[in-house]
Amino acid sequence: MQRNPDVPYIVKIEKIIDETPTVRTLLFSDETLSKVLPGQFAMVWIPGINELPMSVMVSTEKGKAAFTVRKHGYASTELYSMKVGDQIGVRGPYGNSFTLKQGRLLLIGGGTGLVPLIRLLTFLKKNDDVALIIGAKTKDEVFFEGLAIKILEQNKHRVVVVTDDGTYGQKGLVTDVMEKFLHETTFDAVYTCGPEKMMHKVVQLAEAKKIYAEASIERMMKCGIGMCGSCCFGEVLACKDGTVFNSQFLLTNKEFGYTHRNKAGMLEDY
Amino acid sequence: MNPDISTNVGPIILQRPTMLASGILGISLDVFARLYKEGAGALVTKSLSKEPWEGYPNPTVIGMKSGYLNAVGLSNPGAPYFAKMISSNNTIPIIVSLVGSVPEDFGFMIKQFENVKILAYELNLSCPHVEKVGLEVGDDPELVHKIVKSVKRDSKVPVIAKVGLGSSDYLETVRASCDAGIDGITAINTIRAMAIDIETTRPILSHKIGGLSGTPIKPIAVRCVYEICSKFNVSVIGCGGVSSWDDAVEFILAGASAVQIGSALAEKWVGVFSEINNGISKYMERKNFHKIKDMVGIAKKS
Repeated sequence: MQRNPDVPYIVKIEKIIDETPTVRTLLFSDETLSKVLPGQFAMVWIPGINELPMSVMVSTEKGKAAFTVRKHGYASTELYSMKVGDQIGVRGPYGNSFTLKQGRLLLIGGGTGLVPLIRLLTFLKKNDDVALIIGAKTKDEVFFEGLAIKILEQNKHRVVVVTDDGTYGQKGLVTDVMEKFLHETTFDAVYTCGPEKMMHKVVQLAEAKKIYAEASIERMMKCGIGMCGSCCFGEVLACKDGTVFNSQFLLTNKEFGYTHRNKAGMLEDY
Repeated sequence: MNPDISTNVGPIILQRPTMLASGILGISLDVFARLYKEGAGALVTKSLSKEPWEGYPNPTVIGMKSGYLNAVGLSNPGAPYFAKMISSNNTIPIIVSLVGSVPEDFGFMIKQFENVKILAYELNLSCPHVEKVGLEVGDDPELVHKIVKSVKRDSKVPVIAKVGLGSSDYLETVRASCDAGIDGITAINTIRAMAIDIETTRPILSHKIGGLSGTPIKPIAVRCVYEICSKFNVSVIGCGGVSSWDDAVEFILAGASAVQIGSALAEKWVGVFSEINNGISKYMERKNFHKIKDMVGIAKKS
């Protein structure tokens, strides 16, 4: 029977990785989601609780996919608290993906925004020279550093961690390090995912140097398939036209970096 | 000569016969502008209530083997916010969908749009998954009559009633609307339905019961349009499972003066409007129809 991507497909959580005290990666077997493009997402049904849009995390095991979740709201905390053997429903994959460029690539991510960037790393070519900047509030909240280095083993690469409080890696903001990098060298493309204010600054910095840049944005999402309109972002829909947009588009979108919609569809400031 | 695909629904004039259905994508003026550019003849907003509504928790929309099941819960930013948001509109034919329980609710909302340029109102008498509004109102012809009468008195623009299949005879809802002076009828809304996941043994929608839309309900919607047009002298907009030009033509032959498109957006995205408009136009050329009016309801005559 062919799987309908819009019907929740039930999978069992097979393994849980504690990434930080508040972030976990939940692994499950799913051939379809194991092969999604970097930036694509799935709608994740937590039975009896809610359904959340989640970027699909890579797994080192063949045929497996994962979600990396930070507990903050009710639904994400329920997902975070699930046990091995628990069932979740997945539908998708949805959305577009990062455009694969070659050469010197700069990736900048914060928090669970790193998920699509880690997947992007697995799609890069051997000759790509990759710089990855990972942002976190503090040492305890740093994750995926080791994984990124392992994926980039064969590439020329730099992985830099930046913490707000300087308890690990460099102190400051990812965009401070980005500015330093841009000063030292040039890049063929910049990819970013994380808090929108951060992405806004990243895209502006890239644009100022005329470097091609893409960001994966997040909005209140309900259907994921271009029907409900909840995730509208200017004239586009994050679920159907995105979630990845290029800097040229983003910098003309008056909502980017400033506003998003709540569950009722009212604009709120970031 | 190219056929003329402009049409009218009672006093409402549309340059193109394909409209965006209520509940779909309708919360931002920027998106309306885009869909209008893509070929929609009019844009119906999400149903607005007096206050902002968050709607139900997810899952709110899921696919079926065929069609879609939803219980979004009428999430909307509320009429006052919405009226302000579209107040700069000058060129886009927006039809404001309203949902409420009593005439006073509608009166309050119409007041918000007094100085806003809109094409018409569509009264939601048929949402199948929210209590005390929608279908629960539509199922009560006496209340429908009261609401339509007061909205017609308050509104400076034409008023359409959107009807659906509830627990009473929907034709009585149409009758009550017509008696109270309605300018047009949209038929139909989604049909009350549910889905249960057999692995987790749970209903999938958070609201458990929702409404079925898309291709599986099309024959039912065509039947309703045909019935309404056979029994009442009122303009009808066909809605339910229109996903290609031939579906739209079928509704027109059944008696619809225009069609609304919803679920098809999920599969065909924004190109669906021009695709259907062009298809209708080619069909008219082939069949030698000059105007939409030449086709409306002719299935009844055969």
